[in-house]
Amino acid sequence: MVFFSYLISGISLGSVYAIIALGYTMVYGIAKMLNFAHGDVIMVGGYVCYCALSYLNLPAIVAVPLAMIACTALGVIIEGLAYRPLRQAGSLAVLITAIGVSYFLQNGAQLIWSATPKNFASVVHFDLPESMTSLGLSSEAIVTVAACIVIMVVLTLFVNKTKLGKAMRCCSEDKGAAQIMGINVNRTISMTFAIGSALAAIAGVLLCSAYPTLQPTTGSMPGIKAFTAAVFGGIGSIPGAFLGGLLLGIIEAMAKAYISTNLANTIVFAVLIIVLLVRPTGLLGKYAPEKV
Amino acid sequence: MSNLLKVDNLHVYYGSIHAIKGVSFEVNEGEVVTLIGANGAGKSTTLNTVAGLLKPKQGTIEFEGKNIVGVPAHKTVSHGMALCPEGRRIFLQMTVQENLEMGGYSRPNSEIESSMADVYQRFPRLKERYKQIAGTLSGGEQQMLAMGRALMSKPKLLMLDEPSMGLAPILVEQIFDIVKELNHSGVTILLVEQNARMALSVAHRAYVLETGTISMSGDAHELAEDDRVRKAYLGES
Repeated sequence: MVFFSYLISGISLGSVYAIIALGYTMVYGIAKMLNFAHGDVIMVGGYVCYCALSYLNLPAIVAVPLAMIACTALGVIIEGLAYRPLRQAGSLAVLITAIGVSYFLQNGAQLIWSATPKNFASVVHFDLPESMTSLGLSSEAIVTVAACIVIMVVLTLFVNKTKLGKAMRCCSEDKGAAQIMGINVNRTISMTFAIGSALAAIAGVLLCSAYPTLQPTTGSMPGIKAFTAAVFGGIGSIPGAFLGGLLLGIIEAMAKAYISTNLANTIVFAVLIIVLLVRPTGLLGKYAPEKV
Repeated sequence: MSNLLKVDNLHVYYGSIHAIKGVSFEVNEGEVVTLIGANGAGKSTTLNTVAGLLKPKQGTIEFEGKNIVGVPAHKTVSHGMALCPEGRRIFLQMTVQENLEMGGYSRPNSEIESSMADVYQRFPRLKERYKQIAGTLSGGEQQMLAMGRALMSKPKLLMLDEPSMGLAPILVEQIFDIVKELNHSGVTILLVEQNARMALSVAHRAYVLETGTISMSGDAHELAEDDRVRKAYLGES
């Protein structure tokens, strides 16, 4: 039964990673850039939700969408101001800019909200029967896993069935060809950032509900882990981000439980290295056979 | 006949490289016009500039009498021109049907189905393979898909960039037959080709492009008989 409760905590942590990883993977797939500020958008989402709850006394049902709107706007602004001018620049310039944006957000948050950790009250808490809690289940875990599955399904349908989703796939493959189809590439990239950032807000709220300390660096470690999850699953692939996130969460929880808390991160990254040695494109990395 | 496309004194640069040096040409409604020339002469650059993918430093591009210089590439298609780019550039990871849908991106959803039926009628092979991932099609099929995709926007002007590239001779003939058929059904065509013999056989008029300038122009059949053209582009001595 102890194993089961570790498994649940791993799955729920992994679901948060998966939601964050989806943002990384979509932006990478379409804009071909690593948005290292993504993790800090999570933190901003957490703070916006916290402020709405504690200072404005809004109910969670309002506070969470508010956080999503704020993060969506933030994502679009970051893309427009920091990344769009570098569309023709080398990938290193974009990477360094992303790291700069990450520090900018962390320090900005520290200026506004101070470095003192805030105690975030879970917004998804409800009472479970004794029989479930004794198994290690929590309302936060249930909501997180459910949210992750819903997001994954909706996103897959969106990308495969809607016109905008297909336009995103076109941009991901060939921006020039997408343009001559009539697709506005800049707007499509902007939309991708909007979606990724809204997901980051959800991840932020769920993360802070499960681990209630909120501080300016809250998003940075989960951000890096989720990036790892995206690479693990195959960056650019939506199911890959989901699978990578879940596996990473489970491996981390198991390593903490059965090997060593201190070594948990080492083990997670060691597994990543082994997977990449065997499958350089990640678990579900895209490899389309191409006939010329 | 009226001008559908009129390019005047076009200058295009790649950084400091002056790639197109004052090119002027026109395409009349109902014509097949071809730009022929060697590698690096500036044929694709010219087409890409007309489509809006590159910005000219100088010159005008008039489409149906409107200057379209500065119109971004994603808007030129709704003016009524479609580019079938060099190297096909179909979306390899999408299905045949999805590629065609994207070709009709600029059109209202209600018209997509009838456009697609037209394309499938012209290219029955594509209909057989509508669910197949485009990257797994053969070269000839990929070229058909690229042309079908361009036709999805119901263009007045279809610009074809090297449609014969990398295809077996029998397929090249097939592709040029399709070009002729398309023209008979009313589509104006601007064709860029290295295969000058084929291009001159289907075109009404031709322009010869040499290192960024037009060196000769005129009736396609007369040019095909011209000694200089025969030596330089048709491999005859």
